[in-house]
Amino acid sequence: MTTQESSNHGMLAEYSTTASIYHACEKVRDAGYTRWDAHTPFPVHGLDAAMGLSRSKLPWFVLFCGLSGASLAFALQWWTSVVAQPLVIAGKPLFSWQAFVPVTFEVGVLFAAFGAVFGMLAMNGLPQLYHSVFHSERFSRASDDRFFISIESTDPNYDETKTRALLEEAGADHVEFIAH
Amino acid sequence: MFGLSSLSNTGRKPDTTGSKPMEATNAHLDPVDGRTPLVIGGHDFHSITEIVARPVEQGMPRGWYIIFGIALCLLSLLLVSIGWLVWEGVGVWGLNNPVAWGWAIVSFVFWVGIGHAGTLISAILYLFRQRWRTGVNRAAEAMTIFAVVCALMFPTIHVGRIWLLYWVFPIPNQMDVWPNFRSPLLWDVFAVTIYGTVSILFWFTGLIPDLATMRDRAKTLTRKRVYGFFAMGWRGSNRHWHNYEVAYMILAGLATPLVLSVHTIVSFDFAVSQLPGWHTTIFPPYFVAGAIFSGFAMVLTLMVICRTAFKMENLLTNRHFENMAKIVLTTGSIVGYAYAMEFFIAWYSGNPYESFAFVNRAFGPYAWAYWIMVSCNVLSPQIFWFRKARQNLTVIFIVSIFVNIGMWFERFVITVTSLANDFLPSAWDYFHPSFWDISTLLGSFGLFFTLFCLFVRYLPMVAIAEVKCVLPESNPHHQPTEG
Repeated sequence: MTTQESSNHGMLAEYSTTASIYHACEKVRDAGYTRWDAHTPFPVHGLDAAMGLSRSKLPWFVLFCGLSGASLAFALQWWTSVVAQPLVIAGKPLFSWQAFVPVTFEVGVLFAAFGAVFGMLAMNGLPQLYHSVFHSERFSRASDDRFFISIESTDPNYDETKTRALLEEAGADHVEFIAH
Repeated sequence: MFGLSSLSNTGRKPDTTGSKPMEATNAHLDPVDGRTPLVIGGHDFHSITEIVARPVEQGMPRGWYIIFGIALCLLSLLLVSIGWLVWEGVGVWGLNNPVAWGWAIVSFVFWVGIGHAGTLISAILYLFRQRWRTGVNRAAEAMTIFAVVCALMFPTIHVGRIWLLYWVFPIPNQMDVWPNFRSPLLWDVFAVTIYGTVSILFWFTGLIPDLATMRDRAKTLTRKRVYGFFAMGWRGSNRHWHNYEVAYMILAGLATPLVLSVHTIVSFDFAVSQLPGWHTTIFPPYFVAGAIFSGFAMVLTLMVICRTAFKMENLLTNRHFENMAKIVLTTGSIVGYAYAMEFFIAWYSGNPYESFAFVNRAFGPYAWAYWIMVSCNVLSPQIFWFRKARQNLTVIFIVSIFVNIGMWFERFVITVTSLANDFLPSAWDYFHPSFWDISTLLGSFGLFFTLFCLFVRYLPMVAIAEVKCVLPESNPHHQPTEG
């Protein structure tokens, strides 16, 4: 039993409708599992709550990036126009901050957008080309029309018979072990 | 997109018993809102994947090769035109002394305007929870990127000595010279390049789940590896979707003010100068409305072709086209209002130069261009007041072509008339385009269509994951009705 547990990455259960994956996730969450995931071809509404996920922290990171970009752009414009190359153009003051607004805004948006995309990827641990769930033949439908739950064997509650029973009881069409 | 689309259904459980008699009579209508569904033809999740992925996997129809061939010819023409321009200098164009901004700037504004519809559809319609956007947003975003590529090309080659282009960027250099951040032209450099970058990020983020779909369906090792590389190991994990949806929402929120700012800044190129006909406060909103107008026209042109060529009637329904036709009608009328208001202000300001500039536009040497502009942009979309016209693909296609032409002429009228007849009549001149002006403009269409053809050839042109979200079955509270 123990040798088999360590030789497997975990268990993969397949569901055919959004309703069944939704209720299955509620059951897995209530059973106290922590190292598990749901895989769906599109984001299923309400599944975050059914899995018990807390709010994403991404917005804070994006705000930080946006403010850094805007400050950097403003500082650059101030420094080049006032310190590095003080040149009077069209009779305007050296520190004509109104003219610096467009570039400040644009660079702020640029940094925030980079923060949103790369922050999202980093929080998700992507790119990660190898993952055990890809061993499953059936898993290719996770990007098409099937819904999956994977529970890792490292989860403290993981037990081959009990976990399998839980997933099947929740309406799984198919349950299989996945190799590392 | 995600989540939002299903949000509108929650709390309204479809009444299975009540909907049955309705289905008997109105089987094609949505039982909840009583409108035509966004996906018709009784499709499920798998068949949507099939419709979108099949063209990419099974090769293109013959028409694609014809269009791609023509596009490649025009692209070669562009390369020759640019080569000659770099070799000889901007004198090969029809520029003359008062008209120092000719077709290059006209075409720049034309293309960057077209590039606005994609982000508008992706970002603004997303925030407004317009679920119909899912059918068209992928192709419209691609169109945006390719239009911005064409747009960026024009000022790049217009600078003359393009090997000194790096001077526009704030790069420390041995001359100790920095760009002039008070110049609208420099704001433009930042606005358009950043807009292009953010549009690519937005587009790529939307593509990740669909690239994973293409990877999982791939039959050959090369396809699996290439799609797999760009899908970055996406496995549809809900812990990932969780962050992904937030990122997408934030990108939409960022792109919305960005898209409005870009054409505003493009209009500053004109409005901040002192020239009669350019120096007006109406320019930013007027340019933004015109940009959305021309962008939607181009989306309609491309979508009519794609829907017919790839048989996507069930995903790109008449409802999608009707909505876009309404947007064209609205923005076209706003543009018409702006034309009228420019005249009113020119008269009301009491400024003789300003009044002359506008009377001269409509009745001077460029009157032909002005009235082409008015008839294409203001008159032709008015046919969309009629429902029948909004549902007729031929009418939509013809009007969209008219609008594309009219919006090019709008930029021509603005740019050239004001320059050609400015202050002193002794300085006036008439602008004649040279062969290389025309070849560069035609060539830019070659670049655009080459990129677009490659896009439909290798990438899913409809957002597969997003369209699945508008199916009623995507909602966990959906209760299937029998039969």
